[in-house]
Amino acid sequence: MSAPRPLPRLDPDNRFFWTSGEDGKLRFLQCSDCATFLHPPRPICFNCLSENVAPAVVPGTGVVDTFTINHQKWSPNMEVPFVIARVAIDGAPGVILTTNIIGSPVDEVEFGDRVEVVFEQQEDVFLPFFKKVG
Amino acid sequence: MAEAYITGIGQSQVGQKLTRHPLLLTTDAIREALADSGLSLADIDGISTYPGKASGYLGFSPVGCEDLIDALHLKVRWYNGGMETSAQLGAVATAAAAVKAGLARHVICFRTVYEAAAMARPQDYPMSRSARVEASSQWTAPFNATSAVTWVAQYAMRHVKKYGMTREQLAQISLTDRANALLNPRALVREPLSMEQYLAARMIAEPMCLFDCDRFSDASTVLIVSAGDALGDVKCTPIRIAASAYQSGGRHSWDQAEVMASYPTGAELWKHTDYKPKDVNTVQLYDGFAFLAITWLEGLGFCGIGEGGKFIEGGHRIALDGELPLNTFGGQIGAGRLHGFGFAHESVVQLRGQGGARQIKGDPKVAVAASGGGPLASVLLLARD
Repeated sequence: MSAPRPLPRLDPDNRFFWTSGEDGKLRFLQCSDCATFLHPPRPICFNCLSENVAPAVVPGTGVVDTFTINHQKWSPNMEVPFVIARVAIDGAPGVILTTNIIGSPVDEVEFGDRVEVVFEQQEDVFLPFFKKVG
Repeated sequence: MAEAYITGIGQSQVGQKLTRHPLLLTTDAIREALADSGLSLADIDGISTYPGKASGYLGFSPVGCEDLIDALHLKVRWYNGGMETSAQLGAVATAAAAVKAGLARHVICFRTVYEAAAMARPQDYPMSRSARVEASSQWTAPFNATSAVTWVAQYAMRHVKKYGMTREQLAQISLTDRANALLNPRALVREPLSMEQYLAARMIAEPMCLFDCDRFSDASTVLIVSAGDALGDVKCTPIRIAASAYQSGGRHSWDQAEVMASYPTGAELWKHTDYKPKDVNTVQLYDGFAFLAITWLEGLGFCGIGEGGKFIEGGHRIALDGELPLNTFGGQIGAGRLHGFGFAHESVVQLRGQGGARQIKGDPKVAVAASGGGPLASVLLLARD
C-alpha cells in the first residue's frame, strides 16, 4: 500500500476505467463498430464517428515506452525515488498509459521492458500500477 | 497583403515575492511599451492575453483582459484571453490576425505572472483545490506525476536512450541561459553557473536536474501589435510578424502523443514564409524546462530529430557570439518565468539592436520566438524590414 495519492473524480466517462480493477481486469474504451481503442475515453470514435463505444478487457500487459526516475518530493509524505512510465498497452493499439513501475529497483527499469498491471485500491479507485514481468 | 507588426515592448520589474499589485505590474509594462511605441492609451483598441484571469489559481494569472479594460476605462473594439489557445504566444499570433482582419489597429498583448508572490502569500492569492483531480490531470496525478517536469522528462529520456543525449549536452541550455542572464539587468537569476555545478545538482526527474527548471517569478511583459496601415502612429522601429503557427496536428495530450507539438508546429511555420531556418539570426525558445528548447531546435528544423544534443554540444553554436545565439536575455531559466512572452520581447530587443551588453553581433534581421511544451506550441517568426 502506497501513500495516499491525488485520486480522480469519477464521472460517467471515466468510472469504468478507474473501477475496472475491482475484478482484476484492465479495460479501455473501444469502438464496437471499427474496434479502435479510445483513450482517454470519449463518447465518440475518432476513427469512424460511431457512438457505439464500450469498455473492453485487455490482457493487462504492456511495454515500457519511456520513463523517468522521479526524485523530487511533490508532497511531504511522498516516498522517493520512484519510476513514472508510459506503458504501451498490449491489445489496445495506440493506447499509452502513464503509470508507475513498482516492485523493482528504480535503476532496473528500461525501455522495452515487459510489464503487467497490478491494481491498488484507494477509496473507490483502483489504480493500475505495473510491475516487470518475470 | 495586410501585415502585423510589434510596435512597442515593455516589461515590469521581475522578481520574487513582490508586493506591488499585479495590475500595477501590468500597467508598469504597458506604460513602458506605450513610451516605446509613441502611442497613448487612447490609441489602444484591442487587448489580448494568455490565459486570461485564473480565478482558482491567481498566481498563474492574476490579471485578465476584463480587469485591465475596466481599470483603465479602455475603449476597445476587440479582446481575447483564453487558456485554450496553443500556448502563450498564441495570444500574440491571434492579435496579429485581428489587426490584419481590421478588428483593431493597436492591440496590447500582455502576460502577467505572480506565482512567487502567490506562493508566499496564499491567504491573499489562494489556489483552489478540489478533493479529487479531473480532466487531463486524472491521467497523471494519481501516479504522482503532478509536475510538468515529469512529463517533459519522459520525452527527454527518449532522447537519452534513443539518441544518446548526454547531461553535458542538455546542460548547454541552462549554461547558456545563465551566462546571458548575467548581461540582462532585469534577469531574475544573476549568478554564474558552471558545468561542475550543473552536473552536481540534485535530480528532479531524470534526466532533468534542478538547473533545468525555471523559477516562479512575478512580472508582466507587454507587446503592442499594430496593423500594417497604422504604423504612421508609431515612432519606434516596427518588427514584422512575418509568420506564425499554432499547434498543428497530433493528439492534444502529454502522454498519447509520440512527439511534442513543437515538431509539427515548427514545420508549419515555414509553410507561411519564404524565410528559411538559415536566415534566422537568433532563436528565443521556450525553456520552462531546458529540454523543451531542444525540441524547438529540432522541430523548427535547425537540426534533425534527435540531433539537438549534438547541435548544442559545447555551447559555442548557441552562445551570444555563436552562429545561432539562443535565449540572449537568459530564457526563463535565467531571466525568470515570464511565461512565453519574454521570448518575443527579447526577439524585438535584438532585432532593433537594443540589447546593450547582450546585443548579438552583425545586423540581425530575423528571429524566432517560440512558446510551449507538450501539446502546447505557438511560434512567431519576426523580421525587421
